[in-house]
Amino acid sequence: MCLAVPGKITALDADAATATVNMLGVEQRASTRLIPTAQVGDYVLVHAGFGIQIVSAEEAEETLKLVADLTELVEDELPVADSDPAPASDPEPAATGAR
Amino acid sequence: MNAPASTAAEEPLAPGTASASAPDPSAAPHAAPDLAAFRDPVRARELIAAINRTVEAAGRPINLMEVCGTHTVSIGRYGFRSVMPDGLKLLSGPGCPVCVTANADIDHAIALARMDGALIATFGDMVRVPGSTSSLAAEKAAGRDVRIVYSPLDALDLAAENPERQVIFMGVGFETTTPAIAACILEAEARGLQNFSVFSAHKMTPPALKAIADDPETRIDGFILPGHVSTITGLAPYRFLAEQYRTPGVVTGFEPVDILASVEWLCRMVARGEARIENAYQRGVAADGNPVARALVEQVFEPVDAVWRGLGTLPQSGLAIRSAFARFDARTRFEVPVEPTREPAGCRCGDVLRGALAPNRCPLFGRACTPEHPVGPCMVSTEGSCAAYFRYREEA
Repeated sequence: MCLAVPGKITALDADAATATVNMLGVEQRASTRLIPTAQVGDYVLVHAGFGIQIVSAEEAEETLKLVADLTELVEDELPVADSDPAPASDPEPAATGAR
Repeated sequence: MNAPASTAAEEPLAPGTASASAPDPSAAPHAAPDLAAFRDPVRARELIAAINRTVEAAGRPINLMEVCGTHTVSIGRYGFRSVMPDGLKLLSGPGCPVCVTANADIDHAIALARMDGALIATFGDMVRVPGSTSSLAAEKAAGRDVRIVYSPLDALDLAAENPERQVIFMGVGFETTTPAIAACILEAEARGLQNFSVFSAHKMTPPALKAIADDPETRIDGFILPGHVSTITGLAPYRFLAEQYRTPGVVTGFEPVDILASVEWLCRMVARGEARIENAYQRGVAADGNPVARALVEQVFEPVDAVWRGLGTLPQSGLAIRSAFARFDARTRFEVPVEPTREPAGCRCGDVLRGALAPNRCPLFGRACTPEHPVGPCMVSTEGSCAAYFRYREEA
């Protein structure tokens, strides 16, 4: 039920806080009350008729970089069982996500 | 580069990618995210191979739990449970809002539907869930006015179009959904709607995570944390898992590569003895979440103790409408006779929701209880663990 569908804002009525969002080829109206800075052209996640987040391609790239790290570095980085935990300077997880 | 997306409109170029060229006002501030990359079978296979290596290196069984019903559906659809190594279990948690709704709340909504002049609006899954002796669908069949809506905004329109009726929206859902309900209550106030109210059965995710972490019957080594709940909450509400329980968590999206990446990252942290809360869904979740949405929820709702199916009463885990908005609160506005609660006989939904019982280990699963003839809510909701296990023929 927490499904949110990505779509592109094609028109915006800022006074009414309502946008027209193209989702998989279907135009739907969505409230922008929860994403007041949304602009025409933005990709947004829509849940239950409300935009809840502006999605960016740059941030999608961050996740893909993480995936590359997770698949490529595993053999070099993973300690064998019973060895010391990896040092705190661990390059991949530290660079992403959490503040 | 973790600038909250909400600043993007003022700064068309994300920090770190700024160039000297003048911003073109006609250009879209964002390019389309490349979702195909998150469905790439090569990446998925590499991640599965990595998961196998990591679990082997960990040298002990690892139990991960996904706590979002939409993740349960994704994991089932892609058949991931069957391709995980022997030492790794993916358990489903209490992430289906319809499923965790207490029978007493369903009975209360049914009582409201039986009021003269009432019109009940709610999300589709809620309608079929059996209460003690009836369901909203059965009430509709008996002539009561029960409508399925896609958005709570539709319920506002129903109220405007039917001034002679009391339109009651049955609100279920976690942090993803509550901002929309709060916005609707504020909108109803602004529009002066006298015949709109909300029956709130809304719940918050962190208290359920705490209950699972405290449960001696389930030993969870890491949590696959919900994507769109975190879009609203950010990462901060999960920190207690790492700090107090030494259990890692990774927020993730819903595509196959998203899910596998979170599984690998969690296994890696478990193997190394690390406990952090991380974000593998940067395109949908800013570290601080959506503060605008949270402010609306805070304005309209206040935390209260709430009963969850399977988990019992969890302190400060539900959301009640503040007294300043009492006229939009169907719980206090209407006095209705609610029948005594009776749990469905033999149904083990409660144990399934805690991760203590795999859905296909319930004696009713696939025999007395199927999506066509569901006994409990976990088989009714498309996001229920039992329905997902049944549909995708999963075994555990």
